[in-house]
Amino acid sequence: MSGSHGETINVTLKVWRQTSADAPGGFETHQQAISTDASFLEMLDLLNEELNAAGKEPIAFESDCREGICGTCGVMINGRAHGPQKATATCQLHMREFADDDEIVIEPFRATGFPVIRDLAVDRSPLDAIIEAGGYISVNTGAASDANLTPVPKAAADQAFDAAACIGCGACVAACPNSAAQLFTSAKIGHLGLLPQGQAERWSRTEAMVETMEEFFGSCTNHGECTEACPKEISLDFIALMNRDYMKAKVKNRGLAGQH
Amino acid sequence: MAQTTGERYRVAPVHRRSREWPFPLNLYQTAVGRKWVMALTGIGLIGFVLAHMVGNLHVYEGPARMHEYAESLRTIGGGLVPKSAVLWLLRLGLLSMFVLHLHSAISLSRMSRASSEDAGLVSGAKRYAGGREHVAATYASRTMRWTGPIIALFILYHLADLTWGWWLGDDFVAGDPYHNVSTSLSALPVAILYIVANVALAFHIFHGAWSMFQSLGINNPRYNHLRRGLATLLAGLILVGNLSFPILTQAGLIDEDNRTCPIGEVEGNTCLAEEAEGHQG
Ligand code: HEM
Ligand code: SF4
Ligand code: FES
Repeated sequence: MSGSHGETINVTLKVWRQTSADAPGGFETHQQAISTDASFLEMLDLLNEELNAAGKEPIAFESDCREGICGTCGVMINGRAHGPQKATATCQLHMREFADDDEIVIEPFRATGFPVIRDLAVDRSPLDAIIEAGGYISVNTGAASDANLTPVPKAAADQAFDAAACIGCGACVAACPNSAAQLFTSAKIGHLGLLPQGQAERWSRTEAMVETMEEFFGSCTNHGECTEACPKEISLDFIALMNRDYMKAKVKNRGLAGQH
Repeated sequence: MAQTTGERYRVAPVHRRSREWPFPLNLYQTAVGRKWVMALTGIGLIGFVLAHMVGNLHVYEGPARMHEYAESLRTIGGGLVPKSAVLWLLRLGLLSMFVLHLHSAISLSRMSRASSEDAGLVSGAKRYAGGREHVAATYASRTMRWTGPIIALFILYHLADLTWGWWLGDDFVAGDPYHNVSTSLSALPVAILYIVANVALAFHIFHGAWSMFQSLGINNPRYNHLRRGLATLLAGLILVGNLSFPILTQAGLIDEDNRTCPIGEVEGNTCLAEEAEGHQG
C-alpha cells in the first residue's frame, strides 16, 4: 500500500476490569506502544496477547464483523460512546485519532439495563427483548413473491433505509444521561412502520415495542446525545415519529368499556 | 403462553409494568404517554406565563389601570356567571396542570435514575470516569431538574408575597397590585430573587418549548428549523417582560411618587376605580 505509514505512539490505557455483574470493578492501567495504522480493537488484541503471554486474564470485549455492521463492539472511550470519531463504530476507529502520550479511558456501556458480563462486555439482550416484542412483519409463506411486487414510495424507502441502518449497538443508551433507548426503538419502529409491508402490525408493534422498552430503560428528555453517539447517525426525527405513532396506537388499540 | 421477557432474558426488567388502566387513563401509565402530558401541560403553563407577563405590563400605566386590570380578571364571563367564577375555574385548571406537570416530571426523572443506577451515578447524574462531555445536551436541557424545582419554590414564594401578602403584612393592600408590586420589589433581595427565578424559568422554557415538539411528535423536515427559534423567542419574550418588573422598580420607574389616590383598602380602591373610569371616559 502506498501512502504514509503509521508512526508509533505511546498511550496509557485505563481499562475497566470486572469479573461479573455482581463483582466490584475497577480500572487497570497499561502502557501500550502502537502503530497509528492499527485499529482500536487491534490495539486491544495486542494488549491481550501480552496479557496472555504473561499468564494474566485477557480483557473481555466483544466484536464480530469489525466493519461497523454487527453492533457488538461498542465501548466508552474517554467518555464518548464508540470514541471520538463521529459516525464510527469502535471497530472502525483507528489509533490515528489519538496522539502520543494520550491517556485513554476505556469503560463498558453503562445502564441498569446493560449489566456487565465481564470487563467491557455488557449484556444488551434487553434490545433483543424490544425487537422480539414487535420487530417483525407477517408475510405469506409459499413460493417467494416477485421482486418489486409491493411498490414502495421513494420517500418512504429512503427514510426506512435510514432507520434500518441501526446496528443495535446500544451506544444511544450508553450516551444518554437518562439511559433511554428511544433512538434504537424508534429506528426499529420507523424502519418497519414506514414501509407498506409493515403496515399490518404498525399499531400493535409500536405499542408493544415502546412498552417493552420502558421495562428496561429510562425516559427521554430530548437531550440529543444519542444521535451524536450513534455510529449510523440515526436522526431524532424517528423519536418524534415514534411518539406520534405511540399515541395513535393507544387510541386505535383502545379497549372500549367492557372489551378488555 | 408466550414466555415473558423476564423468564426468557437474563436481564430482569428494571421497571415493572402494572395492571393496565382503562383508556384513556392508561396513557398516563407509560413514559411516552406521560411525556405527552408533560408537553401538553407545559404548553398550558407557557400560555399562562405569557398571559401573566403581558397582563402585568399594565403596571406601566399606573396604579389605576393596574387595579382595573386586576378587577377585569374577576369579571371574565361578564354578567353571565357569578363574579370570579371563571377566574376560579382558570385557577383550578392551572393548578391541575401544575400538579400533572410536576408529577410526571418527578416520576419520569426517577425512572431515568433507576435506569442508570448501575451506571456510575454522581449526585444523581450518569457519569463516566473518562470525563464524559456532553456533546449535544444544552445547559438548559441538563438543568431542567434544577430550574423546575426553582420555579416551583418561587411560585410558592410569589403567591405568599403578592397574592396572600404574607411578607408585606400591613403594607399589603388587597386590590391595589401596583402598590404591592412596587413595595415588594423595591427591596433589593426580593428583586434579586425575582430575577434569579425568572432566569431559571427562561432556561426551562428554552429547552421545554423545543422538547415538547419532539414529545408530541410534531416533526416535519420543512419546519423543524423553526422549533429552536420559537423556543428561543418564547423564552426571550417572557424573560424580558418579567425581568423588567424587578429591574425597573429598582431603577425607580415603578414607584408611588406621582400617586394621586390614598394607599389603603376601601376608599383608596374606590379612588383607583374612579380614576381608571375617568381615563376611559
Ligand atoms: C413547577 C415547577 C416545574 C417543574 C418541577 C418542572 C419540571 C420539568 C421537567 C423535569 C421537565 C422535563 C424535562 C425534559 O423533558 O427535558 C419539564 C418539561 C417542560 N416544562 Fe416544566 N417544570 C415546572 C414548571 C414549568 C413551567 C412553569 C412551565 C411553563 C412556563 C414549564 C414548561 C415545560 C415544558 C414546555 C416542558 C417540555 C415538555 C416536554 O419535554 O415534552 N414547566 N418540566
Ligand atoms: S440507534 Fe444508533 S446508537 Fe442506537 S443502537 Fe442503533 S446504531 Fe446504535
Ligand atoms: S465489530 Fe461489528 S460493528 Fe464493530
